[in-house]
Amino acid sequence: MLKTKAFVRKTKRGAVVKVVKEHYLRDDIYCGVPSCRTCLSAQQHHHHAPQAAVLTSPRTTTKFTSPHFIVPDTNVLYHQIDVMEHAAFTDVIVLQTVLEELKHRSTPVYQRVRQLIADPARRFYVFCNEHNRDCYVERAVEESPNDRNDRAIRTAVAWYNVHLKDCIPAAATVLVTDDAENRRKAVAEKLPVYSVKEYVSSMADHPELIDMVATVNEENIDEEEKFAYPEHLANSQISAGLKSGAFFQGKLSISANNFLEGSVFAEVDKEEKTVMVVGREHLNRAIHGDIVALQFLPRSEWKVPVGVILEEEQMEKDEDGAVDDVAAKHAMDVDGVAAAAAAPEKVPTAKVVGIIKRNWRPFCGTIEKASVKSTGGMSSQQSVFFWAMDKKIPKIRIRTRQAEDLVGRRIIVAIDGWAKNSRYPTGHFVRTLGDVGDRATETEVVLLEHDVPFAPFSPQVLSHLPVEGEDWIVRDDLHLAGRTDFRHLDVCSIDPPGCTDIDDALHCRPLPNGNLEVGVHIADVSHFVRPDNAMDMEARRRGTTVYLVNKRIDMLPSLLGTNLCSLRSNVDRLAFSCIWEMKRDATVVSVNYTKSVIRSKASLTYDEAQARLDDTTANDPVTTGIKLLNALAKKLRAQRMEAGALTLASPEVRFKLEEDQQDPVDVELKELKDTNALVEEFMLLANIWVAKKVYQHFPESSILRRHPQPPPSNFEALQKAVAELGISIDASTSRALADSLDKAIVPTDPYINKLIRILTTRCMMQAVYFCSGTLSEPDFWHYGLATPIYTHFTSPIRRYSDLVVHRLLAVAIGYEKGYVSELVDKVKLKELSDVLNYRHRQAQQASRSSVELFTNLFFKDKTLQEEAYVIRVMKNGFSVLIPKFGIEGYVYAEAAPTPLNTKASTTTTTTAIQPSSPFTYDADQNRLVARAAAAAAAGTTNGKEEEEEQVEIKLFSKCTVIVCVEEAGGAARRSKLVVRLVEPWVHGVSVRLEDLVRAQKEQEKEAGEGGKVVKKPKRK
Amino acid sequence: MSRVEIITPEGLRVDGRRPLELRRVLTRTGVLSQADGSAYIEQGNTKCLAAVYGPREPVKRAGVLHDRANINVEYNVASFSSGERKQKLRRDRRLLEISSMIKQTFETVIITTTFPRSEIDIYLQILQIDGGAVHAAINVATLALIDAGIPMTDYVCACSAGFVNDQPLLDLNYLEESADVPTLTVALLPKSGKITMLGLESRLHVDKLEPVITLAADGCMQMKDTLDEAIRTSTRKLAKTVLN
Repeated sequence: MLKTKAFVRKTKRGAVVKVVKEHYLRDDIYCGVPSCRTCLSAQQHHHHAPQAAVLTSPRTTTKFTSPHFIVPDTNVLYHQIDVMEHAAFTDVIVLQTVLEELKHRSTPVYQRVRQLIADPARRFYVFCNEHNRDCYVERAVEESPNDRNDRAIRTAVAWYNVHLKDCIPAAATVLVTDDAENRRKAVAEKLPVYSVKEYVSSMADHPELIDMVATVNEENIDEEEKFAYPEHLANSQISAGLKSGAFFQGKLSISANNFLEGSVFAEVDKEEKTVMVVGREHLNRAIHGDIVALQFLPRSEWKVPVGVILEEEQMEKDEDGAVDDVAAKHAMDVDGVAAAAAAPEKVPTAKVVGIIKRNWRPFCGTIEKASVKSTGGMSSQQSVFFWAMDKKIPKIRIRTRQAEDLVGRRIIVAIDGWAKNSRYPTGHFVRTLGDVGDRATETEVVLLEHDVPFAPFSPQVLSHLPVEGEDWIVRDDLHLAGRTDFRHLDVCSIDPPGCTDIDDALHCRPLPNGNLEVGVHIADVSHFVRPDNAMDMEARRRGTTVYLVNKRIDMLPSLLGTNLCSLRSNVDRLAFSCIWEMKRDATVVSVNYTKSVIRSKASLTYDEAQARLDDTTANDPVTTGIKLLNALAKKLRAQRMEAGALTLASPEVRFKLEEDQQDPVDVELKELKDTNALVEEFMLLANIWVAKKVYQHFPESSILRRHPQPPPSNFEALQKAVAELGISIDASTSRALADSLDKAIVPTDPYINKLIRILTTRCMMQAVYFCSGTLSEPDFWHYGLATPIYTHFTSPIRRYSDLVVHRLLAVAIGYEKGYVSELVDKVKLKELSDVLNYRHRQAQQASRSSVELFTNLFFKDKTLQEEAYVIRVMKNGFSVLIPKFGIEGYVYAEAAPTPLNTKASTTTTTTAIQPSSPFTYDADQNRLVARAAAAAAAGTTNGKEEEEEQVEIKLFSKCTVIVCVEEAGGAARRSKLVVRLVEPWVHGVSVRLEDLVRAQKEQEKEAGEGGKVVKKPKRK
Repeated sequence: MSRVEIITPEGLRVDGRRPLELRRVLTRTGVLSQADGSAYIEQGNTKCLAAVYGPREPVKRAGVLHDRANINVEYNVASFSSGERKQKLRRDRRLLEISSMIKQTFETVIITTTFPRSEIDIYLQILQIDGGAVHAAINVATLALIDAGIPMTDYVCACSAGFVNDQPLLDLNYLEESADVPTLTVALLPKSGKITMLGLESRLHVDKLEPVITLAADGCMQMKDTLDEAIRTSTRKLAKTVLN
């Protein structure tokens, strides 16, 4: 078994420590080819069970017809992972040397390779050459580790070729490498060797593969050779600069409105500040999310935040750098204004000198139609541009043969590099998702863009489900130990209609002493998901269930989520219960936490529960319970309000979907009923009490949730705006804020209060998970709920944090005797809470994008005129909120070049800077003012007298707008909502519904006739 | 999740062993001519030297026991034993604890009543450390005691085991020990199968304890064969010299 010959490898870790490791060489490392007799007899000799034979069928390609296996080297896997992931690549030998090198270079790529290996259909075999007696290679004197590894790879290939000679005649093992030197040496050693390109082009059945081959280190011979970015500094220079303080580092975030404006949060003069990075040259090939090294510009070059929104159409035209000019022009405008008025504060501005860590990931998006040259056939490769969905990403140049096929499709592209003489990064095509606008495709895009893991659960994960499957039942002999039997209680659950993952159930009954017993029962997920098994790992990776409009991405396999854990009615279920004894005035007398078995008597929807509440005659036990609970909930709520809890608002909508087609047929705003508040109240109570208990037992390692107090500066803009309405907002404490929000009423317009609440919500900080050992107690404060301590306990089916809290509580009450060390490891819990916060944020954004997607679907082929409120004013336009649909849109104050610019950008000439706006921006009061003359002129020609002298757009102004959807394709990367001003009338900006409809028709007609020119709807 | 991959999906550990394999063991007895009995062991890269003196007259009067011999164990880790340079503590509590643990282990097997009012000294010196120092020390002490001809009821064999990714591991090396793998050290008497010492570093789930103990005990039995072989070889050699 063991070779007694032990090798000692000496490696240097850090600078001083010498690590001596044993390295055992074995003769039981098999080749993985099932028909290999040599290995079979060796296995018998060692009494080993025959090792899983993976490499069952040697491959052949159109050109290389003799059967062979391929051995990729590290660089091939690293750079060409997209190619290797293609289903055409099977029967691949992955060497241990390669895997180890890969693991050091990039964990994500390593994990992708691991996934390939785990997939039995792909037949990727790991050959542990480093531990094979015949393949081990010792590093020679003066040999670099790289050369040594290359030699190890070649040795393994040679070994395979000799080894396989007996079992598969004429079979060969082919080395695939892009390293020319390595290839030369391999040829010298008479090994079959190819580069990726050579190999892929031999696979005639898969012409798309050649597109996916990444171009590495090939300096792009660019048509814009005159253009060059400044060189990036070397790592050593960067670290020296960082140390000396000449540079600083930070994570670049690009403005969502303007892709040439980025910012970095960094320490300036010992103060956390936002530092701007403006312009292509200063961004210097950094993209959103990169960790960059920056250098401050001299103070004289500092900029003022531009505050304009750059449209895609404008970006389109930036071949000759027009956008830089636009941004610069605006910046200059502001500078001009600044000179005249009191100078607005300039923001520290810096330039990127080097990139510390790239944030390149695969991007979803579309091919820019204009960049595709028609070739007739599809044989030749051409260079096309790709726009990512993410507006913060610059366009990417890819080479493809299927350009014409790809137009109008959502595709994934990965960035390969960004040479300094290329204006845009270069990338390669990865795969096609589907057609633009297709519901399933767009939903997948939403998931991919928000990094939501949505692959089906692996067999490994599913193997941890109870073996009984659907037939699993609570068994008194197995499950009752340590649990309280609550099956006799009248427990019920209240959830939204159609809810299948029921996390929580409630009960309430009077006690003999006149007090009330209240129970909150939460699904006992921790009984099924044991720490650190594959299912737990997967749940931890997912972090949360993601709810999209038409789809739910579960955190746990649905057998658990919607069946075994779900507290359905009239079946026994395991639960984790919080039982309080409460006085009638809702003060808690005592509390008890216990694992339990319950049998819910009814699963109600909010409406059903409400009906029971309203029904004065009903007095069955469940209804009495709900009525008692409702009375308590009202008192609890009053107590919370007294303490200063906030009631905020967000315009949430729900779509009514057509059953089979999943087309949205109607939109309704979510409304809150008494029963919603009832459930919420008791969930809050449970969370707070569990937080207390867990924190008491694990002061260093509880997962809690906090909501920091927002800094006063967050409210400044809002306070200024509402002051004009005669309202003041005091944000010093949550209590004061709650009170001032209650008073913020404009008698003439009741919606203003809701609007202010919506805007206040946006001033808030994000609530986050944290580990109690990492912060001091005063920082635990939950601002929104006004409670000193809070956690999440009540939704373990859909949140991983709750599952961890369940485990902690189980230990705290002595139910779980042994527990893994990870559960109380402060550092690990901090890492975990960071991951959960990230997943939580991504899930929220994914839900929002999904709503946006369905909003667009809803407005497809509709053009509606609605009332709206201005909620944000910027230099070249303003945002409006349409209360009826809860949607937001941006109205450009500049006259749009065409009414519906679906095809506009391809036809209009390069008038990059739009006709001057009738509005002027008043920075002082943050409003847009249109000249009265223009308005009047417009009025007269329209035969409609305008009353006011000038039109003013400021926060909370009411206006009427037209909403329609601009289809994707052409310039637009995705179909998007377009909002146009109707009322108040401003010449050149406002439009009339009739005109728009007419223009649409005209356009359709023209399109039918093949005409290309799109006219403005002229006002006669 | 630990950052170091302790077992690859291919089922090999960092040094190329499979989970249930011991490291290579090398033993020698009678390495020191001064001591009454001595032995040297290499378990992988962990190297330990043992010297046994006695039974002899106690140095200190206080150490005299009237019905049996007193056992002294001195366990030391050489300052050159690991790559990192460490400031040596004069009386390291950890070392004292291990000494007393080893002492207790051997009190059960050495027939001390044969030598009342005398003393047996066991000196253990770790020369190089690569995980599993305690179990190497116990194994080598057994060899040295036998070499010294001290009557014992049984061998004492020790081995460590750990638990990672649902998989028990035998005989952890330094890399594995330091990667937050729960490490269980077991010493047992192979004839009776009784466990005389059991130590656990860091947490291990209660459900997993039994398989890990079983595995460690299995490792001890393997160790016994090795030690036994070593003793027999040296005895054979000795017999040859006596007979000639």
